[in-house]
Amino acid sequence: MSELFKVSSNPHIRSRVTTNGLMLAVIVALMPAAGFGIYNFGPRAIAVILVTIISTVLTEFLFGLYKWIRDNPKGKGSLQVKSIFEKSTITDLSAVVTGMLLALNLPVAIPLWMAALGGIFAILVVKMLFGGLGQNFMNPALAARCFMLLSFPTAMTAFDCDTYTGATPLAALKAGEQVNTLDMFIGRTAGTIGETSVIALLTGACFLLLMGVIDLRIPGSYIITFVLFVIVFGGHGLDPVYLSAQVSGGGLMLGAFFMATDYVTRPITIKGQYVFGIFLGLMTGIFRIFGPGAEGVSYAIILGNLLVPLIEKFTKPTAFGYQKGGKRGEK
Amino acid sequence: MNRAGERLYNGLVKENPTFVLMLGMCPTLAVTTSAMNGLGMGLTTMVVLALSNLIISLMRNIIPNRVRIPAFIVIIASFVTAVQLLLEAYIPSLNKSLGVYIPLIVVNCIILGRAESYAYSNPPVPSLFDGIGMGLGFTFALTCIGAVREIIGAGELFGYGLMPDSFEPVRIFGQAPGAFFVLAALVALQNYIKNVRKKKGKSYEKIGSGCAQDCANCGDMNCKSRFYDTDSAGKKSMAEGSPKKQETKAGKSDEKTQDTEKEER
Repeated sequence: MSELFKVSSNPHIRSRVTTNGLMLAVIVALMPAAGFGIYNFGPRAIAVILVTIISTVLTEFLFGLYKWIRDNPKGKGSLQVKSIFEKSTITDLSAVVTGMLLALNLPVAIPLWMAALGGIFAILVVKMLFGGLGQNFMNPALAARCFMLLSFPTAMTAFDCDTYTGATPLAALKAGEQVNTLDMFIGRTAGTIGETSVIALLTGACFLLLMGVIDLRIPGSYIITFVLFVIVFGGHGLDPVYLSAQVSGGGLMLGAFFMATDYVTRPITIKGQYVFGIFLGLMTGIFRIFGPGAEGVSYAIILGNLLVPLIEKFTKPTAFGYQKGGKRGEK
Repeated sequence: MNRAGERLYNGLVKENPTFVLMLGMCPTLAVTTSAMNGLGMGLTTMVVLALSNLIISLMRNIIPNRVRIPAFIVIIASFVTAVQLLLEAYIPSLNKSLGVYIPLIVVNCIILGRAESYAYSNPPVPSLFDGIGMGLGFTFALTCIGAVREIIGAGELFGYGLMPDSFEPVRIFGQAPGAFFVLAALVALQNYIKNVRKKKGKSYEKIGSGCAQDCANCGDMNCKSRFYDTDSAGKKSMAEGSPKKQETKAGKSDEKTQDTEKEER
């Protein structure tokens, strides 16, 4: 053999799935919910969504610009647009997804500067300071929502707007009042911009399922566990009206299909994903039924995000040829 | 060398207990909801720290090595009790707002840390100034954190309205998560400043974090204030036979000779 073949370094086979493609699919899937939010709450919803997306994308761009200037101290005089865009990560669209998810989690009457601040917090503190996409330990949009919920408790729970006054269906339910489940299913209720319409959210979720972006492991185990928990501890037994109101009310659908399934902050092991979903269901049930507030999806999910490394550690599958516990098999 | 001044600078900047050594995190995170609370906590701790350092340094040749920790605790606890009674009598409002964190100064790791690593093996005057320097550094850090949290979380500074009426306070900064955000940001800021100044040639080398001046047992060969040169120390322990058993005893006797020498100086 005198001839040597040149072999390029691996990987030799590449999947066609790209970050851009996944993010684009999520954006498309969120469109029905966003569209219904705009229809439901009026033009101000457009302003909130746009401001949040602009603030997330701009923050990510400026962070990339800062990193570029730091790495190219001589290039300060001549900013090369192409190289900046290569360094900056806004082209993978993940900042747009974060901004959109955050906006859908905000009430329509929120002051715009608060929405912008939430976007900056999501990208700068939760995502970029921990290393950017793939390194964030928590869902940025949800962390920002919880940050705002703790910072501006009145503005974040002011669901009164031109179309609706009064409590959200979940709050009414908690107070023991009657709710119209058909309205809740279609989305004609008070709430945050994107959480009200179950139909719109399920349409988007079906799109993601058909595209293969997400699967039913986490959302399925999440919602089933939550329903079982409500049946046992909700105090209404198998009452179908109460159960369907609990499932379609609040951010459960948005959280289960779009935020718990975030690739970065969910467990990568299959067993772990079931454990994760069950944990989220239990926590949501506990927060909703025993907690002081009516809603608990966002806290449940970021709490679950924190436990992901632990879940992965205990559900790590045994590699072929190894015994349980990581030792190489003797036989 | 002016040791008192050096100890003050060390406590404030080079080995700031909060920003550099990361000691005493409990009170740092818990009481800094306002600048006033931070200042009060810092000064209270400084008084206890300076006095306990002084007394421990004076008694360092009497306290047996085996029971030194209980002895330190007793000394520190006496001062904390005295300070708490004084606060209760003269500044009851501060006493109320600091609450349980005043008795908890007893177990503040800065105080125990300085007693163990500095006062127990150094003469009284530098120990006193070490306590004051560390206390001032702690006070400075706590006041900074408290001020930032108060300005953002309530729009006030030392209780006086600072921001315009349209300012919406970001309430999370008054709660526990805000303490972590502000602490992290300030640590990052001071590291950034130190890095910039290091490039300009300023030295921020630690004088040896918690240097006990026990050079014979210390592994840091590049230390500026190293007392023994390494070769002779190595030969000495080799000559003594089983080095592991002898090491501690040799170290102790070395320490004592060193101390007496210093006092003679």
